[in-house]
Amino acid sequence: MSDRAARTFDVLVVGGGNAALCAAMTARRAAAKVLLLEASPEAFRGGNSRHTRDIRYLHDRSTDYLTGAYPEDEFWDDLFRVTGGETNERLAGLTIRESADLGEWMARHGIRWQRPLHGTLHLSRTNAFFLGGGKALVNAYYDTARRLGVQLAYDSEVRELDIREGRFLSAVVGREGESREIRAKTVILASGGFEANIPWLKEYWGEAADNFAIRGTPYNQGRVLRQLLDHGARPVGNPREFHAIAVDARGPKFDGGIVTRLDTIPFGIAVNEHARRFYDEGEDLWPKRYAIWGGLIARQPDQIAFSILDSKVMERFMPSVFPAIPAHSVRELALALKLAPTALEATVAEFNRSVRPGPYDPSGLDGCRTEGLEPPKSHWALRLDVPPFYAYPLRPGITFTYLGVTVDERARVVMQDDRPAQNVFAAGEIMAGNVLGRGYLAGFGLTIGSVFGRIAGREAARCAVA
Amino acid sequence: MLSPDLLAEAGRQMAICNACRYCEGYCAVFPAMERRRTFTDTDLVYLANLCFECRDCYYACPYAPPHQLAVNVPKVLAELRTETYRDYAAPRFVSRLFRRNGLAVGLIAVAAVAIVALLVLALRGPSVLFATHLGEGAFYAVIPFAGMVLPASALLLYALGALLVGVVRFWRDTRGTLRELIDARAVVRATRDALGLEYLKGGGAGCTYPDARFSHARRRLHHLVFYGFLLDLAATTVAAIYHHVLGWQAPYPLGSLPVVLGTVGGVLLLVGAGGLLSLKRRSDRQPADRAMLGMDVGFLALLFLTSLTGLLLLALRETPAMGTLLAVHLGTVGGLFITLPYGKFAHVAFRYAALVQNSIESRRSSGA
Ligand SMILES: Cc1cc2nc3c(=O)[nH]c(=O)nc-3n(C[C@H](O)[C@H](O)[C@H](O)COP(=O)(O)OP(=O)(O)OC[C@H]3O[C@@H](n4cnc5c(N)ncnc54)[C@H](O)[C@@H]3O)c2cc1C
Ligand code: SF4
Ligand code: SF4
Repeated sequence: MSDRAARTFDVLVVGGGNAALCAAMTARRAAAKVLLLEASPEAFRGGNSRHTRDIRYLHDRSTDYLTGAYPEDEFWDDLFRVTGGETNERLAGLTIRESADLGEWMARHGIRWQRPLHGTLHLSRTNAFFLGGGKALVNAYYDTARRLGVQLAYDSEVRELDIREGRFLSAVVGREGESREIRAKTVILASGGFEANIPWLKEYWGEAADNFAIRGTPYNQGRVLRQLLDHGARPVGNPREFHAIAVDARGPKFDGGIVTRLDTIPFGIAVNEHARRFYDEGEDLWPKRYAIWGGLIARQPDQIAFSILDSKVMERFMPSVFPAIPAHSVRELALALKLAPTALEATVAEFNRSVRPGPYDPSGLDGCRTEGLEPPKSHWALRLDVPPFYAYPLRPGITFTYLGVTVDERARVVMQDDRPAQNVFAAGEIMAGNVLGRGYLAGFGLTIGSVFGRIAGREAARCAVA
Repeated sequence: MLSPDLLAEAGRQMAICNACRYCEGYCAVFPAMERRRTFTDTDLVYLANLCFECRDCYYACPYAPPHQLAVNVPKVLAELRTETYRDYAAPRFVSRLFRRNGLAVGLIAVAAVAIVALLVLALRGPSVLFATHLGEGAFYAVIPFAGMVLPASALLLYALGALLVGVVRFWRDTRGTLRELIDARAVVRATRDALGLEYLKGGGAGCTYPDARFSHARRRLHHLVFYGFLLDLAATTVAAIYHHVLGWQAPYPLGSLPVVLGTVGGVLLLVGAGGLLSLKRRSDRQPADRAMLGMDVGFLALLFLTSLTGLLLLALRETPAMGTLLAVHLGTVGGLFITLPYGKFAHVAFRYAALVQNSIESRRSSGA
């Protein structure tokens, strides 16, 4: 890439995940000259998108890979429920409507959908599963982008943006130890959140952030987000908030992806390092509650907790990536976990005493609960009494952060004075807070990134070619 | 004995996959894995032999090296398959000689050719070997019929017997009683999967072979080899019928059934094996097991040479080169037969057994 060529780019795309790729392919199809900059090396390209599994989109009938219709009002209700209304209704409506052709659009851009094979795979009604998961998706998009003529550069972290009076002029890019300036007529910022930036997380969480596991890419450092905010972009989303779940404490610090998550909590009790319970493990169905446990554990001493189970329930959850820690007695289990044995024995004994018998039904809100226990366990409360006993150590695993920049319907970044920047666009996690101010809907991160990636690509190309 | 370290590593990776399951749409390995929560050694051997090494799951894996979880399913399963072939082939003291498989196969092939050539020279003399022989019985002027057929049949019987012992042992370990093999529906589905190379289709777009791009090249070339091989087998059978039943002596005329079948089969084999060899040469080494690659190359090279010498023999059978070519061809065939149970050919038996087990299992778990 010579300097002269670099100057002639119409659209500079910053980031290398789903949103960036959708934007780059769309802009290139509109005949723009496009350069995509991915901070990571090629082997780790694709950000958090490489860990995804399925996408939610509007559809009016069942297909080979979706079991039924998912109409607009139901989609809208789901979104309203999880966000508690913290959503920009115009942008939310746009996201839902523009998602309608995603299934077909994605297939045209190289994505393959998963069909049920020999009856073993379970499909869903609202979300479509792509064959092979997120890395296969990202690989297919990179391949398509390359064939369309998008220029790709890895190991290319954008460190600074030159934006003056709402106009983007150039970006400073670090590549293999040296840095250089790249000019382009427009820029699309699709560089994700800041969840991998531990010092930034410490601004809100203090030293506790050292004990967080980051489920996705270590490259989402939020540098571009910070630059945008420093240049006067209007923030959106609560900076303290993140989506976080309970993950196996033995997993990697970064990039553990889907495999380290644990779904064991409703099947037993969860204790902190003082061997005390701290929250109702059976408050509601797990899909509705799993995402609060990251935050709960983050507020425990040393940000560690333990899921304690007995042998009755061990086959009831998804297999774990690391084996459960076994012991013949509660005392032995405490010793293995380096907890005070008497404290854990007391907690388990008190819990067992409070369990009221009832019909056990892991698939619904059953009648097995505790009485007179604080905090209670409202459902699926079974005594821990059949050895061997088992434990999983848990840490908060951060999925993504909510802080982002405000955009308008054309994906233009909105500045503090409420005016949209002329040639600065944003897509994906970096602006998802506009639509998803709180909570989460499975498969909706990709929807936002795909819809706004395509809008940003189209608008940037139009702006550059005009 | 299968290496405990290797089994432990395969078990570690399968535990990661079972917590992930993103690859479940690619092949039979992942649904079979999902039917288990823990993996015994024989479970792992079974899963390894169900893998066609299409590599789709390697390129789709976010935990592939250099990620610290270092998941590389095609590689670890290929390593386990290499060990399976060695461990189950009978007799074990012979199969151990094939540790460096490519080399061993090469040496044996050269030795076999040399032995045949030397025997002809010693017993019949150079005047016979380098003369032109024409008409009915021309081949037998160089090597008498019994000298040709008896050793070849003995070798083939030995090879098939050794393989059979191995696959029976494999079935007992991974599945159970021989009676379970008598399962018409399972056998039909396994046969269909095998004949269509179902699991090289990667769910539609082909496999990521030789590199990260999807392609049907490997499946198509493999089909050429497989059906070429079958045609050659058919040619030999027809020729045997001509000889024993009808009393007609080779060489047969150009338009005759054995020659037509043999020629078409030979060309398919030549193109298929050559194509696969060239794919292997260009293939990504990251998801590959070196030992398996050596085994693949040894077997393919031998197939390639067998069909090449066979076709040359046909083309030059009326020239003085015939004697030498016949000796070389028969030597190569001999080498091929000796090495059948200890090299890549063994995959036919083990993979088929794994496919039968897979269709029994998947039917039971779906309740059908
Ligand atoms: C384990 C896990 C599973 C998930 N599963 C799903 C799912 O099934 N469905 C779903 O819809 N969502 C899922 N999500 C959420 C989903 O990953 C995100 O919503 C989505 O991927 C965001 O896409 P994006 O393109 O905005 O960001 P990302 O995919 O994270 O991409 C950001 C890119 O920007 C690059 N980058 C960062 N900083 C710079 C810089 N300064 N210069 C250049 N490049 C930079 C990064 O390297 C990366 O390539 C999951 C998340 C996780 C962690
Ligand atoms: S190979 Fe990787 S992506 Fe595929 S199932 Fe296993 S861990 Fe998951
Ligand atoms: S390499 Fe192909 S056949 Fe083997 S496990 Fe992976 S996807 Fe399945």
